[in-house]
Amino acid sequence: MLHLVVCIKQVPDSREIRIDPKTNTLVRLGVPAIINYYDLHGLEEALRLKDEFGARVTVVSMGPPSAEKALRQCVSMGADEAVLVSDRAFAGADTLATSYVVALTIQKVEERWGTVDIVFCGKQTLDGDTGQVGPGVACRLDIDQLTYVEKLESLDLETREVTVHRHLEDGVERVKARLPVLITALAELNRPRRASLPGILRAARYQPIVWTTNDFPTIDRAKIGLRGSPTIVSKTWVPEPKQVQTEWLPSEDSAAAATALLDHLYSTDLPQKLGWA
Amino acid sequence: MADERFDAVVVGAGPAGSAAAYTMAKAGLKVALIERGEFPGAKNIFGGVIYRRQLEDLIPEFWKEAPLERTVVQQSMWVLGEESAVMLGHHNQRYKDPPNCWTGLRVKFDQWFAGKAEQAGAVPIYETVVTQILRDGERVVGVKTDRDDGELYADIVILADGVNSLLGKQLGIHHEWGPDEVSLAVKEVIALPRQTIQDRFNLEGDEGCTIEIVGQTCQMAGLGFLYTNQDTISLGVGVMVSDLKKARVKPYAVLDGLKQHPMIRKLIRGGEVKEYSGHLIPEGGFNSMPKLAGDGWMVVGDAAQMVNAVHREGTNLAVTSGRLAGETAIEAHKVGHFGVGALDAYTRKIRESIIHKDLKKYRGVHQLLGFGDSSLLFDKMPQALNDAIYNMLLVDGMPKKEKQKKVMRYFREAAGGNAELVRLGMKGWRAMNG
Ligand SMILES: Cc1cc2nc3c(=O)[nH]c(=O)nc-3n(C[C@H](O)[C@H](O)[C@H](O)COP(=O)(O)OP(=O)(O)OC[C@H]3O[C@@H](n4cnc5c(N)ncnc54)[C@H](O)[C@@H]3O)c2cc1C
Repeated sequence: MLHLVVCIKQVPDSREIRIDPKTNTLVRLGVPAIINYYDLHGLEEALRLKDEFGARVTVVSMGPPSAEKALRQCVSMGADEAVLVSDRAFAGADTLATSYVVALTIQKVEERWGTVDIVFCGKQTLDGDTGQVGPGVACRLDIDQLTYVEKLESLDLETREVTVHRHLEDGVERVKARLPVLITALAELNRPRRASLPGILRAARYQPIVWTTNDFPTIDRAKIGLRGSPTIVSKTWVPEPKQVQTEWLPSEDSAAAATALLDHLYSTDLPQKLGWA
Repeated sequence: MADERFDAVVVGAGPAGSAAAYTMAKAGLKVALIERGEFPGAKNIFGGVIYRRQLEDLIPEFWKEAPLERTVVQQSMWVLGEESAVMLGHHNQRYKDPPNCWTGLRVKFDQWFAGKAEQAGAVPIYETVVTQILRDGERVVGVKTDRDDGELYADIVILADGVNSLLGKQLGIHHEWGPDEVSLAVKEVIALPRQTIQDRFNLEGDEGCTIEIVGQTCQMAGLGFLYTNQDTISLGVGVMVSDLKKARVKPYAVLDGLKQHPMIRKLIRGGEVKEYSGHLIPEGGFNSMPKLAGDGWMVVGDAAQMVNAVHREGTNLAVTSGRLAGETAIEAHKVGHFGVGALDAYTRKIRESIIHKDLKKYRGVHQLLGFGDSSLLFDKMPQALNDAIYNMLLVDGMPKKEKQKKVMRYFREAAGGNAELVRLGMKGWRAMNG
């Protein structure tokens, strides 16, 4: 049976985020936690494959004990098993240390429930915004990575080939790859489902599996937590709104306004810069 | 459909529903608690004051763990004139030990209370709307929710879905509330530094105060309120819907008016409005209370119109009715009977409880509100009282005897003559004394 792993992270609800004007860091206190938006699209895609082909879906997350709630939500939507990797020693991890621990977790998931065919991650997190963890995990697992996926066109279980559309800056790339792969999901990929009532009931009683550093006997302690995180935030600031010069072009009606605007634009060097000329 | 069967399903995780779920789960019943909000309390509002007595019966010393705002040591009533106020209040340090009541915010309180039910074993089903009561003939056998495979079956369904109980209407125990049976309240939560609140209201530490406000509600039947929280102030006003309809006034316009009043604007100066919300309050009281139990169902709290509008007590009646329904369910579960005969014990318990006694005492109040036009009680009389006191205290060389006459004239003129004034006084007395 297909084995799909979905990586999720609990993040502060960005609709309610404030920035501390003194420290320029996110105020996390009292902000409700939600599942990182893009991760939910990864989960939904895994669940769709489960609906179509039958699959085991395992969700993994590294985070504080409170992330159990996020994992339960995944179970309510249809995930089979959920693993929380939680230990004080993991705290303060940057993307390098995080991808190390997540990769180890996926290896352990494989030992436990069989080889993994596809790993789903979100394109990036709402709080960190780097988009580095997915690729980092793929590297460590030594599998192909398909980032910025907006459509999963087909999966052929015979040939073990998956075809996806990657949304790039200058167009869409249609790629075929052989399993196992890691996919990072865009919001366009799908619309996450609402849990069914039986799903909610199962989740209410479900106890996520918790692994700590003790569950990873071979873990390299120099590579985890703050110690394993070479990233240094040297400075953070809130950009000042840019002051731009505004010119008013008064005119009678919209047609005259459009003409006046075009005339004015062509009197500057802007069209040249934009390659319109 | 979910394969699991429950002993009881509770619809609504307000104070009534959580009290019922907690009571039953603690006794080992298999309980599901369904709430439409993202989490309990997410969309709920009240003034609000939380009382010790009834909740303490359920969770002893709950105040040591519950998220409460301030311990109320001072309660006042302000009768507002246009630019004046007559103030009556009581401050007593004895209200701290044992505490009598606290100010609170539903977002935090409801979440905590439902959490207690969860810890006791109730299964939380949130972000889920119950859309239908499931019946087998006359008997209620479960509910249908808006989720896929959303039917849930249980021996008993407890309706705790609040004042606007759609399910009560489905059951046929409610009609659509008339505009004279509910008032519409709007409320703002205004942020101010903790210390500023303490200084402005003459409070120390966690002490809090409440102010009920009469008058200046645009000639409509209504009451304003101002309660102090830790670092916010709850300011709101509830107005009879029938009056709002007649006067074609928007409730927030009434609140805006209050915020401009010289007595109030100084108290909230510099504050930032953090939250604005509106909600119905049942005002029908005793006379509007529906049938409380039937074959496989009971109804509790606001859904049963259990609010004492005069003393702004609602949460405590909700908690008590929830507990009594829960206890009835436990007894019914023991004997395995869930019909009208078994569940009607709940109706009896309510009748013997303080809920029934208090609501009965004030059953005339609702009629009083409809007495003539509201402007008399809620505008002319308050203004007359202010004018009277103003003149009493004004040193202007008028002989005292003459002054007394003049003062009485204000009331007489407001009421529209001596006979009317006496009639109003008698009506008021009867309404407040059953
Ligand atoms: C402005 C205002 C001020 C007040 N001040 C005070 C005060 O100071 N002190 C006091 O004691 N009382 C006060 N009250 C009254 C008090 O708030 C209510 O009496 C009390 O909340 C009733 O509790 P309840 O559990 O019956 O209903 P509610 O608190 O209304 O709870 C009903 C719950 O059911 C949920 N629900 C409804 N329909 C469905 C459905 N179909 N499916 C799933 N869930 C559903 C709702 O989301 C809600 O959470 C005030 C009320 C208002 C409006």
